[in-house]
Amino acid sequence: MAQAAAVAKPPAPPRRRRASATPRRLPYLLIAPAALLMLGFIAYPVISVFYYSLQNYNPTKPWRNGYAGFDNFVRIFTDDPLFWDSLVFSAKWVFVEVGLQLLFGLALALIVNQTFVGRGLGRALVFSPWAVSGVLTSAIWVLLYNSQTGITRYLADMGIGSYGTSWLSDTSTVFPAAIVADLWRGVPFFAILILADLQSVSKDLYEAAEVDGASRIKQFWHITLPHLKDAIILSTLLRAVWEFNNVDLLYTLTGGGPAGVTTTLPLYIASTSVESHNFGYASALTTVAFVILLFCSLVYLRMSKFGGENK
Amino acid sequence: MSTKVATKAAPAPAPATPEPPRPAGKSRRAWDEAPRWQIYLPLGIYLVFTLIPFYWILLFSLRPAGSTSLVPWPMTFDHFEKVWTERSFGIYFQNSVLVGVVTLVMTTLVALAGGYALARFNFRVKQVFMLALLCSQFVPGALLLVPLFEIFAELQMINSLGSVIIAETVFQLPLSMILISNFIKNVPYSLEEAAWVDGCNRFKAFRIVVLPLLRPGLIAVGSFAFVHSWNHFLFALMFLNNQQKQTIPVGLNTLMGADSVDLGALAAGGIIAAVPVVIVFAFIQKWLITGFSAGAVKG
Repeated sequence: MAQAAAVAKPPAPPRRRRASATPRRLPYLLIAPAALLMLGFIAYPVISVFYYSLQNYNPTKPWRNGYAGFDNFVRIFTDDPLFWDSLVFSAKWVFVEVGLQLLFGLALALIVNQTFVGRGLGRALVFSPWAVSGVLTSAIWVLLYNSQTGITRYLADMGIGSYGTSWLSDTSTVFPAAIVADLWRGVPFFAILILADLQSVSKDLYEAAEVDGASRIKQFWHITLPHLKDAIILSTLLRAVWEFNNVDLLYTLTGGGPAGVTTTLPLYIASTSVESHNFGYASALTTVAFVILLFCSLVYLRMSKFGGENK
Repeated sequence: MSTKVATKAAPAPAPATPEPPRPAGKSRRAWDEAPRWQIYLPLGIYLVFTLIPFYWILLFSLRPAGSTSLVPWPMTFDHFEKVWTERSFGIYFQNSVLVGVVTLVMTTLVALAGGYALARFNFRVKQVFMLALLCSQFVPGALLLVPLFEIFAELQMINSLGSVIIAETVFQLPLSMILISNFIKNVPYSLEEAAWVDGCNRFKAFRIVVLPLLRPGLIAVGSFAFVHSWNHFLFALMFLNNQQKQTIPVGLNTLMGADSVDLGALAAGGIIAAVPVVIVFAFIQKWLITGFSAGAVKG
């Protein structure tokens, strides 16, 4: 055997060269499909959004189309209360939603990371809402919140609350109601990501800490949390961006109402472009949203010192 | 042959070494174990929160209209029949399956090729490309609807499922590619080199040596793409005007019209929408966690 290997070794270098006969072009060929798709369907649309933002562009009023300069942007910042309202709601939504998701997701991940009887089934059950998202989540919670036959009716039967109230059509309850619905599918997502990272913490560290007499809370604070730091920073950022951009849930659950109190900036943009056909103005709003998102992300990464000392 | 076997066997014992001190979970170790009630109580509460909505939708889909019973008895399948035929969920279902499966295949193949290039080569535009992948995460799909609509109109693809498939694939690609390239980086390069020495060309070496090791990662990425395209709503809503071409989430949305809601139909439609993804999820749940853990973006 050893002899055979020794004989086989000498011709290896030329073969290796042949195996990667086109090393120059190969990586470009491999990324070409992805690059072309992204150029055509992400980069080009982004550029055209920037272009439209400087235009008056409304297909239903072609006689008023044309170059607008910065008029759209001036109008956003000086003459559009809806923009500010939706921006404030977006910030509130993302902040509360992602904060709670992180908190509960971390707790859930720590729990299902333990060994206990029925762990496989328990994990599958608590994670299952992750697979169910957007419109389906709305459908489920529309049923639960229905004023006639929803959960409020049964709560009222038990003497809690009153009959005929719908949490989704009352401006004072719609925010928590929507938050709970989104938590239902968001917490499992966070828990899965954090659990994945938890599994790579070396058991030896806990063993050593135990020998030194550290309590479990101290172990969590000094071993688990520092280890999870980068994963938490990154998943929080990604989730915040997704929660900001996502329109499926709120569009179908509340439609931005009642009285527009749950209109996020992307929902406002969607209604400006799809319903009012005001593409130029919607594009300007999109540009502003994009810049805000990018700015917040950079500030967040800088403040959280992503990568930290390890880098 | 001998070289290949030797290199392949080498990494195997490495993960096995930490195992011995833990014989089959028998000896419970006190230091990282919480008291039982600290596990079961919060988990139980969370489980109730998770399962009530599922139970609720099942209840509404199975009990006759007008019933207020909390047990779906007598059971009826009228709602399903009505939704499947009258509300054309049968057609929506076919369309959604088609979109989901083709998106899965396209995303996996394109991301696999790109991910391999990113993991194994250094080339001139690599940094720029990586940066573009990251930046694309900030581009909100919903906000690009207008230009995308115009592109598809130009390509004569409005009202064809192809437009939705392309859009879903493109927005799945960046993350899938990053994940896959991380999975590939975790496969030792020496395994591939050994296969070349044994006379495989690059493609064959990849197929025989690397691909089997990527299975958990590919399952994670593929299922992610399927579930996302199955659930996603906005592209289908915008690019498909023909009712016969719609997908399930759009069908669900039409059932949710304002106040005149047929709750039984909505619930039955919801069950139909949930079943494929929940089944997919039940099978891949384990791989998903290992997959993400292996592909996690580290430092």
